[in-house]
Amino acid sequence: MTLLMGAVAYDPKVVTIWEGFRRFLVDHGLPFDFILYSHYERQAEDLVAGRIDAAWNSPLAWVRARRLAGAAGARLEALVMRDTDRDLRSVIVVRGGSGVESLSGLDGATVGVGAVDSPQATLLPLSLLRNHGLAAGTNLTIRRFDVGVGLHGDHVGGERDAARALIAGEVDAACMIDASHLLFAREGLFTASSTRIIAETEPYDHCNMTTGPSADPVLAARFRELLLGMSYEDAELRSLLDLEGLKTWRPGRTSGYQALESAVDEARFYGEDGALLADDYRP
Amino acid sequence: MTIDLEDLGLDAGGYLIVQRALRDLPIGSRLAVHGRDPALRVHLAVWSREQGHGIDLSGPAPTVVKGSATTARWSRARRAGDPGPDGTLPHADVRWGLAMRGALVEEGGPPLHADLIDRGVVWAEAAQQLYQHGAARQWNPDTAVRWDAPFALPSEIEGAVVQVMTYLVENEYAAMQIPAGFIARMHPHYREVMQVLAIQVADEARHVEVFTRRAMLRSSEMGVSGAGGRASLQTLLDETDFSLAAFLLSVLGEGSFLDLLEFITRHAPDPVTREVAGLALRDERRHVAFGMAHLKYAADADRALLGRLRTAVERRHDALADTAGLNQDVFDSLVVLAAHAWTPESLRSGWNAVQALQKAMNEGRQRRLVQLGFPSDEAVELSALHTRNFM
Repeated sequence: MTLLMGAVAYDPKVVTIWEGFRRFLVDHGLPFDFILYSHYERQAEDLVAGRIDAAWNSPLAWVRARRLAGAAGARLEALVMRDTDRDLRSVIVVRGGSGVESLSGLDGATVGVGAVDSPQATLLPLSLLRNHGLAAGTNLTIRRFDVGVGLHGDHVGGERDAARALIAGEVDAACMIDASHLLFAREGLFTASSTRIIAETEPYDHCNMTTGPSADPVLAARFRELLLGMSYEDAELRSLLDLEGLKTWRPGRTSGYQALESAVDEARFYGEDGALLADDYRP
Repeated sequence: MTIDLEDLGLDAGGYLIVQRALRDLPIGSRLAVHGRDPALRVHLAVWSREQGHGIDLSGPAPTVVKGSATTARWSRARRAGDPGPDGTLPHADVRWGLAMRGALVEEGGPPLHADLIDRGVVWAEAAQQLYQHGAARQWNPDTAVRWDAPFALPSEIEGAVVQVMTYLVENEYAAMQIPAGFIARMHPHYREVMQVLAIQVADEARHVEVFTRRAMLRSSEMGVSGAGGRASLQTLLDETDFSLAAFLLSVLGEGSFLDLLEFITRHAPDPVTREVAGLALRDERRHVAFGMAHLKYAADADRALLGRLRTAVERRHDALADTAGLNQDVFDSLVVLAAHAWTPESLRSGWNAVQALQKAMNEGRQRRLVQLGFPSDEAVELSALHTRNFM
């Protein structure tokens, strides 16, 4: 029996990462293989249907899989997550000289967001704005930058386009994950004092490795144990861990997805049963 | 511990101060970071996460909790010898890749595709000194030769010069390609040797230029290239062992060329020919000196080396037994070049000069073989087996 995992090919490096991890896992006695998906929706459906045993899920894919599993009476487990998946924040950014000091200053403004299915650059920041009485169609115009739709915001292109639009004066504010704000500053897209952060979301969690109803419990336990045992001191693993953006795997937790669950409901993105509701979402 | 970045942002280099403060703290230590950059809290949280540190945002100043990742990255790193000339190790690890000698080398990364990785196989104590000497004595082909010096030669004498230049150029090609091939196979841990070889390649490039320019100075038709001479050079190109190649090319071949270039310098019928040969001679002396220095070092490290050198000469002799060796046209051209004129008396003088050249080459080879440790009778025997093509 082989533990079969799904991952989304949002970048060519995904092949390098999972080829390398697969070699490590197999060398350590775990029969393991992976298949790549072009977007998260099919992966979430296949996980719950038992066509794959595990899925390297985006936070939004976790939310959908959890809803699908709830409707089907199937059991899921968030097995592990990266150290870098915990306690992230999204930020809402304005131009430094705009005079906007807080969210209330955005009344009537145009806000740039990422792809329709980006938790960090669209769903969560729009929920934050909504909770401050700012909603699309009433007192806010949303300009969406749909890059890599279906990849749940893994592709940074949408956030970057929104950031460029902010600098160009095409939007009044832009939404992005905290790491992208630092990234764009390092890249020189944002220069000193060219932007100001006016709001942050509460901390939330990002990806997790989810096991589905078809996963053999013994194999899943061994999978968890091997991932948690990966050491950053190991030079071969280190290059893969660097590519995947972590120093160490941590036990999975599901306490960091509540804000996204609410945001999904507010946006009517998925139904309670995991159905796709968003009309303009074409992964 | 507490630090203050004042108004410096993490995106503008502030992380360097944080990094420095964390450097000597034990894992788990807390570092409170004060500062006036409005994005400090957000950026410090991101930076800490990326670096594998914890972050505590509950207090008035964001606080980094030192993680173990930075230490883990370097825990198995090793120094690749010492940077100075005495810092080489007997064996260079291909896993160091292109790391500088003395660098602290992180584990991982692709191994270097080098097979010359042992000091005994490549080293020469004088390598550093010979490199520095070579680097300081590079000359500009455009200005080091008086290309416009006035002279006029009878056409047969000019033809002889062109033939000799044609021969020299093909030999210089070999002398350029051989060290270039070894550079690509050598571990840069022995950088002084690589540098010597690189200078040698640059020398040969200039020799090719000046010999070509002299050949084309008065003539549009180049001389002939004999199959036997090229066969002789091919055996040099085919030699894959560094010490054997140094022996055949630098000691025996370029050693013989010292006499040849001196001959051309002394008997040149025109100033340009004299100058180009003289400049090349200066460089070739250094090439021979490196070959000798390397072989002395290698023979000290491996007493069986002399036996292998002997076998290499014999094998090359056997391989070339059925070839003509030096092209008759080249030999004749040396006579004519030294004769300067087309009279019986001048030709006799040229002939005698070439006889003396061959004797000098033979004696030079024997002298170097003895210096390497061969008994004199064996040196006589081996010198006689050297290729008739000189190189």
